[in-house]
Amino acid sequence: MATSAVPLEHSGHAEAHELSFIRKYIFSTDHKIIGIQFLLFSLVFLLVGGILATMMRWQLGFPNEPMPGGGLFPETMAPGGILLPEFYNSLVTMHGTLMVFFAIMPLLVGVFGNYLIPLKIGAPDMAFPRLNMASFWIAVPAGLLMVAGFFVEGGHAGAGWTAYAPLSADPEWTGVRAGQQLWLLSLAIIGLSSILGATNYITTVVNLRAPGMTWFRLPLSIWALFVTSILVLLAIPILSGAAIMLFFDQTIGTHFFDATDGGQPLLWQHLFWYFGHPEVYILILPAMGFVSDIIANGSRKPVFGYDTMVWAIVSIGFLGWVVWGHHMFQSGMNPTLGTVFMISTFFIAVPSAIKVFNWMGTMWRGNIRFHVPMLHAVAFVAMFVIGGLSGVFMASNTFDIYIHDTYFIVAHIHYVLFGGSLFAIFGAITFWYPKMFGKMMSPLLGKIHFWLTFVFFNLAFFPMHSLGIGGHMRRIYDPTQYEFLQPLQPINKFISISVFILVASQIFFAIAFIMGWFNGEKAGENPWEDNGLEWSTPSPPPHGNWEKTPHVYRGPYEFSSPLVEEDYLPQFKKLDGDSEPAAAGGNGRG
Amino acid sequence: MSWILPEGISTFAADIDLIYYWILVITGIVFVVVEGGLLWFVIKYRARPGRKAYYIQGNTKAEIIWSAIPAVTVVFIGLWSAIIWDDIKGRDSVPEGSLAYDVRAEQFEWHFTHAGVDGTLGTADDFQLRNQLHVPVNQPVVLNATAEDVIHAFFVPALRVKQDIVPGLGAVIWFEATSTGEYEIACAELCGMGHYRMRAMLTIHTQEEYSQWLASQSPVATAE
Repeated sequence: MATSAVPLEHSGHAEAHELSFIRKYIFSTDHKIIGIQFLLFSLVFLLVGGILATMMRWQLGFPNEPMPGGGLFPETMAPGGILLPEFYNSLVTMHGTLMVFFAIMPLLVGVFGNYLIPLKIGAPDMAFPRLNMASFWIAVPAGLLMVAGFFVEGGHAGAGWTAYAPLSADPEWTGVRAGQQLWLLSLAIIGLSSILGATNYITTVVNLRAPGMTWFRLPLSIWALFVTSILVLLAIPILSGAAIMLFFDQTIGTHFFDATDGGQPLLWQHLFWYFGHPEVYILILPAMGFVSDIIANGSRKPVFGYDTMVWAIVSIGFLGWVVWGHHMFQSGMNPTLGTVFMISTFFIAVPSAIKVFNWMGTMWRGNIRFHVPMLHAVAFVAMFVIGGLSGVFMASNTFDIYIHDTYFIVAHIHYVLFGGSLFAIFGAITFWYPKMFGKMMSPLLGKIHFWLTFVFFNLAFFPMHSLGIGGHMRRIYDPTQYEFLQPLQPINKFISISVFILVASQIFFAIAFIMGWFNGEKAGENPWEDNGLEWSTPSPPPHGNWEKTPHVYRGPYEFSSPLVEEDYLPQFKKLDGDSEPAAAGGNGRG
Repeated sequence: MSWILPEGISTFAADIDLIYYWILVITGIVFVVVEGGLLWFVIKYRARPGRKAYYIQGNTKAEIIWSAIPAVTVVFIGLWSAIIWDDIKGRDSVPEGSLAYDVRAEQFEWHFTHAGVDGTLGTADDFQLRNQLHVPVNQPVVLNATAEDVIHAFFVPALRVKQDIVPGLGAVIWFEATSTGEYEIACAELCGMGHYRMRAMLTIHTQEEYSQWLASQSPVATAE
């Protein structure tokens, strides 16, 4: 049944016939090419988002001094190289927006959802390859619209990535008209891309699993991507709906969020965070999945408590829907609701703690290989612990009175999204790079990149906790305006310098990425001696992935099994006594 | 780098700060144990030739223990926070006999309406100050706040007070200062281009000083 959904060129032989360059690399329906397209797309936005951050940090560390290279910017942004406050607000807004919607989310979901799902479940491609191609080519104009906002009159959106109404609803309050509208349109469009992607991922995991690939033999990366896709499918339409309402407030004179005409500004916050909190888990669950795969491989041990890990993913996904109000403790929402949301939020500590301890359990009595992906995965655990613990401070609605909207939350979000998600992304890219490109990345450059990033990430973001404890508000253009913040200014300067080095260190990743592509050492089928199905096909895999659909005989983490001499036992390796599996998903071919 | 909160000068500051220090100690212990454990594992179980990892799929008992400990801890922090929260922000938390002020926030300034000598708002001796709020010490104070244009947040770090003021919804904010002096009021919610300079001063007087100051400020006094 499901095979009918796979276009002709995917069925039958792995390399059926030659496609034209455009069909093969530009408008490709091959999930691997689409994954790599998303990779290049989102790495560009990661770079742009990082550069915006350095500009913000210049102003915060060296307020009202001309920025090096600032002369290149027009008068409307940085006259005499000194950033204007309205441009600073655009930088704040766009750093957050680009990192969340155009870097981290596509890196986790767009890249690895596409690349890994078929390869790890033993499918020749996605269930709907053309829909998949559409999801990438819809993301491209969304990205262009988002960038275009910098070049329109009035400047780019400046109401924060959360776009709180009514600041975002009426150009009167910011002077920004077209920028905010482009921002909203772009989000609605990239949302459509995500929805198409999620539909595809869910269908593929349900229907196209290879024979023997039962639900509880799925790698945790796939479980995480599956639950994430469900969150995407349910959460993104809320954002799209809210964005369209706000767009109407901006353009055709509706007043959904405008109190002067009977609208309700808090409605925007409820809609935004009803989407926004599941979004937070969209940005961390896949990372947890990749890290689980990599830590098992690096430790040469089965994931400790696989079933519990699955249920932790599912329960985090579920709890994500009932905690959005913790972003609104001080918003003027009914204070009793504040307590309800605090309690639901605290429950997330339980599955999160399970995951951390189970990763440690996986490493316990292992035989740990410190390849570059493993370094990033261990750093993920170490940093996620800090992000999780700082979350406890804010989850207490009472202490949140003091630290809400301060640098404490900025520290927290970066420990989760950079220390967490981005380290996992670096781990995942370096782990699956050999499969994607058939070449190895330089381990030396990878290690230099890892250590510089790890050290300067912590030097940049750890001191932000103490700024928050000092009461330092977030999103302020010039902290020296306040007397009580002046003693904290040396910390601001220190953070800024650390951020400059942190961003500059990424050059080592770029070099390793590009050099690997051109003259990296050739990668074999299974360079990491891993157990996943993707390692049973050549690197890079041909169109269609396998000549013959692989069969699955066991779970994904049989490292150091006493059944075999070597310390790994792939899912696809048939031992004497293994019986042939019945079809698990709908993928009965092969 | 400091983990010490700045001096708190309201009746509830000590309650809030105590929760903070408890969370700091609890998370501090978890931090040391977990990160230390991680570091220890990384060193102790690094790959050595000829060794094979210990093949184990999990341990239900261990997993139950490490789910239960955080569950109990967060329930403790949660219940405690809920009690203090209700005292500070609950519907009926504003103390009886609080001295009332009207606060109007707009891009990018604060307007504070002080009741005159009669201590009642809405009478002829009310007067308004821009970016200046004067209150007496050891006296509960309630601010009836409205926002003209966009959302602003009233933040006085020293008082441990923060409250968003949403247009159309307003906010009721109360506190009781416990020491005199001048403290900064900040806007804590991004409100546009001049958000960073939406700053005001809070002056806390002794009761006597406050009466004298009121007398000198009242519109009647100025008219004479």
